[in-house]
Amino acid sequence: MKKIHVTTTVNGDEVDFLCEPQQTLVDVLRNTLELTGTKEGCSTGDCGACSIRFDGALVCACLVLAVEADGKQIETIEGLAGDDALHPLQRNFLELNGLQCGICTPGILIAAKALLEANPDPSETEVRFWLAGNLCRCTGYDKIIRSVLAAAKEMRESAHA
Amino acid sequence: MHDILENSGFDAGKDLKIVGTSPVKHDGPDKVTGRAKFGADLMVPGALVGKVLRSPHAHAVIKSIDCSKAEALAGVKAVVTAGDFPDFPQGTMPGDMTRNCMAREKVLYEGHALAAVAATSESVAKAALKLIEVDYEVLPHVIDPAAAKAPDAPILHDHIRTKGDADAADAPTNVTERLDIGMGDVDKGFAEADEIIEREFTTEPMHQSYIEPQACVAQVGDDGQIDLWCCTQGTHVFRDRLATLLKMPSSKIKVTQSEMGGGFGGKTTLYAEPAAIMLSKKARRPVKIVLTRSEVFRATGPVCATRSRIKIGVTNAGRITAAEAEMIFQAGAFPGSMFDNAPKAMFTRYNLENVKTVSYEVVCNRAKVNAFRAPCVPQVVFGVEGIIDELAQKLGMDPLELRLKNAAAEGYKTVFGETFGPIGYVETLEAAMNCDHYKSPVPEGQGRGVATGFWFNRGGDTTGSLTITPDGSVTIMLGTSDVAGSRISISMMAAEELGIPVEKVRANLADTSTLGNNRVTAGSRTTFSSGMVIIDSARQCIAELVRRAAEIWDVPEDGVVFEDGQCRPAGSNVGEFDPLSVADIAAKTSVSHGAIAGHSEMHVTGAGPGFGVHLIDVEVDKETGGVSVKRYTVIEDAGKAIHPGQVEGQYQGGAAQGAGWALNEAYMYDEDGRMENAGFLDYRIPVASDLPMIDTVIVEVPNPNHPYGLRGVGEVPVTPSLGAMANAVSNAIGIRQVSLPLSPPHLLAQIDS
Repeated sequence: MKKIHVTTTVNGDEVDFLCEPQQTLVDVLRNTLELTGTKEGCSTGDCGACSIRFDGALVCACLVLAVEADGKQIETIEGLAGDDALHPLQRNFLELNGLQCGICTPGILIAAKALLEANPDPSETEVRFWLAGNLCRCTGYDKIIRSVLAAAKEMRESAHA
Repeated sequence: MHDILENSGFDAGKDLKIVGTSPVKHDGPDKVTGRAKFGADLMVPGALVGKVLRSPHAHAVIKSIDCSKAEALAGVKAVVTAGDFPDFPQGTMPGDMTRNCMAREKVLYEGHALAAVAATSESVAKAALKLIEVDYEVLPHVIDPAAAKAPDAPILHDHIRTKGDADAADAPTNVTERLDIGMGDVDKGFAEADEIIEREFTTEPMHQSYIEPQACVAQVGDDGQIDLWCCTQGTHVFRDRLATLLKMPSSKIKVTQSEMGGGFGGKTTLYAEPAAIMLSKKARRPVKIVLTRSEVFRATGPVCATRSRIKIGVTNAGRITAAEAEMIFQAGAFPGSMFDNAPKAMFTRYNLENVKTVSYEVVCNRAKVNAFRAPCVPQVVFGVEGIIDELAQKLGMDPLELRLKNAAAEGYKTVFGETFGPIGYVETLEAAMNCDHYKSPVPEGQGRGVATGFWFNRGGDTTGSLTITPDGSVTIMLGTSDVAGSRISISMMAAEELGIPVEKVRANLADTSTLGNNRVTAGSRTTFSSGMVIIDSARQCIAELVRRAAEIWDVPEDGVVFEDGQCRPAGSNVGEFDPLSVADIAAKTSVSHGAIAGHSEMHVTGAGPGFGVHLIDVEVDKETGGVSVKRYTVIEDAGKAIHPGQVEGQYQGGAAQGAGWALNEAYMYDEDGRMENAGFLDYRIPVASDLPMIDTVIVEVPNPNHPYGLRGVGEVPVTPSLGAMANAVSNAIGIRQVSLPLSPPHLLAQIDS
């Protein structure tokens, strides 16, 4: 099958790839660019494991065609940590046991980062509804919600410091 | 017999420095940065994409399969069908297993695999599947467990006769087994009862719904050596089953476990792995197969549906005099549902003398069921706890008080023949009665449900090793899988033994060539069992450290003691020596005497039974029938919580899974036996906005068979969940709930009538 040449930006780096017209972005991120931190749990946009930022928008990479990435800015879990430190969300998830098996964690971290950009001081209910598109089967969500709220507090405090 | 099994060295007064804290787990950083390698994350140069052809029919004879057009498609490198695998007689373990992985004579459920292809791209592989021509003779099908048991039901397997039933006719049936378990005299018991309640209950199948679909990469060398990478709860069990199915020595197969994105029992079974291996062998290239979510729903898991009739009698004083149950368990297309757990566990936590149970397992045209936390138990505990709740109301007694009056304690001989050692059911009930949730009044307009549960907890074949490196840090090899955090808990126990910081310990997951056999990670056995072999290994290392310190000081071995991570002279008469740390001895002697290492392999015994109580407050919307969970508390005996953060996570996760099963989750089939909701949009597991915070109370009644007193905590948190939710809804709307799930239309119909 004839492939299409796509040029895009992933986590600040310009990358290009060849893809088939029907290939999804999650497929190319994982299997062509080998950025396997983005997980594929359902391929139908229901589980949120493949959550990424697409020109800033929070999307499921399984619902985006790879060819649509041309000229876009993509952020994945591999770009979340800073050069020398984990993101406060990542650190709080570790310290507050916000992950068990960890398969949903990249998608949840990406979604939570988007939440805290839109709303730096969310209530528990707001966190729960924002993350309602990110399924977790291990934790019962309790420690995920606590981790996000703790990271939000820490980020607010450091912003005011 | 290993010393540790006879004398664990448990010391209730020991001053613990690491056990009981909650350090960051070692696999955590890679999981929050995306570096952790799960099943689908292994990229192998030259790998082909494997895809599986699955039956569109619930039950059909395979008259012929023609793969010639698929094989001729450019980019297709191999096609396999059942004919490529060794055959075994139907009804044997390998015979059923190989047929479940790849259908032979018949397809037995929608989604049953019957061919697989390996191609240079996913699009080519998908195109090839469409070119495989299958000629089916569609047969009548049966899915409902009661219908499958009926005499006129469509028969799945002509060879099945009912085991354990002397009255069964010598004719094909879907009833694989009848199991009678009981004790005492229930007729006498019911005669002594003042109140008797008997009800019928139904539960529907749910899916384990791990977020990571099964994935594997198989590579077969020209010498026939097989390398298999996959997400699995049991590398050695996978290896040995593959060796059987492929008629090869186990030593020719190496299974390496990936990080596992959830299992809950569902990753204890082979599915596409044999196909990936056979495709790789044919194509002489690596083959990767990643299941889709639709395939996961249709062809893996699920959990059995149940139909049960349960009867319990009680005196006016609140003494349970007898309990009886007749149950049907739906195994799916092949036997092996582990239904025997149910009659053994369903009433166990009450100190009953008179119990009678009759259990039937039936096959039907849906995927063979797989294990799920406390296999087959929550479904029937749901009914038991509903009746106990109703009896308490009839007697005007507090529901936990009624349970406490009948609580099993140390010395009780169970229906499965074991006599309980120290157990914490009474303490767990008391903790529930004293917790803030239970002492708070039920808010206006809400209903409260309580229920209790039990799980045996398991041990079994386990192997591990521990090595002290020359700088005094420690590496551990575990042959079990890590489903949620066992590596850190086991590292903590090793660090506690050796008196070193847990940051200096690193636990790794072994492949099958690194260690001896390990049973699957299941039954809440892993932190307990692998913990036992690693503590045993650490103690071997300590003995060696003492020997080497004695040699360095030129004193007898009994002149050296190991305390707080150091060898010291046992007394002033031994001589004046500066203490030697683990690192000191390792640095001084690793080259001259070899590494300091311990390894241990044993059939671990002494698992401590676990008990839990769930408290749930719900509100039911009378307009929609929707249930809103307002408050949830899990109270459970952990024996000793090695890592309380992980233990709480087990309690909360189990509660959430139970909430989904009780309220929403069920397989829905069309009239042709095809699953109608094989995706997360229509099969709805709980999302973050469905649940409140889940409070936990960790009760600690130590299991003295373990050096730190731990009990498994993975299964118990599901066992009371269905009953507690049903009781909460029953009490909220004043109608006794006997059928799950408690979905909005189901409840609305009851409210409206």
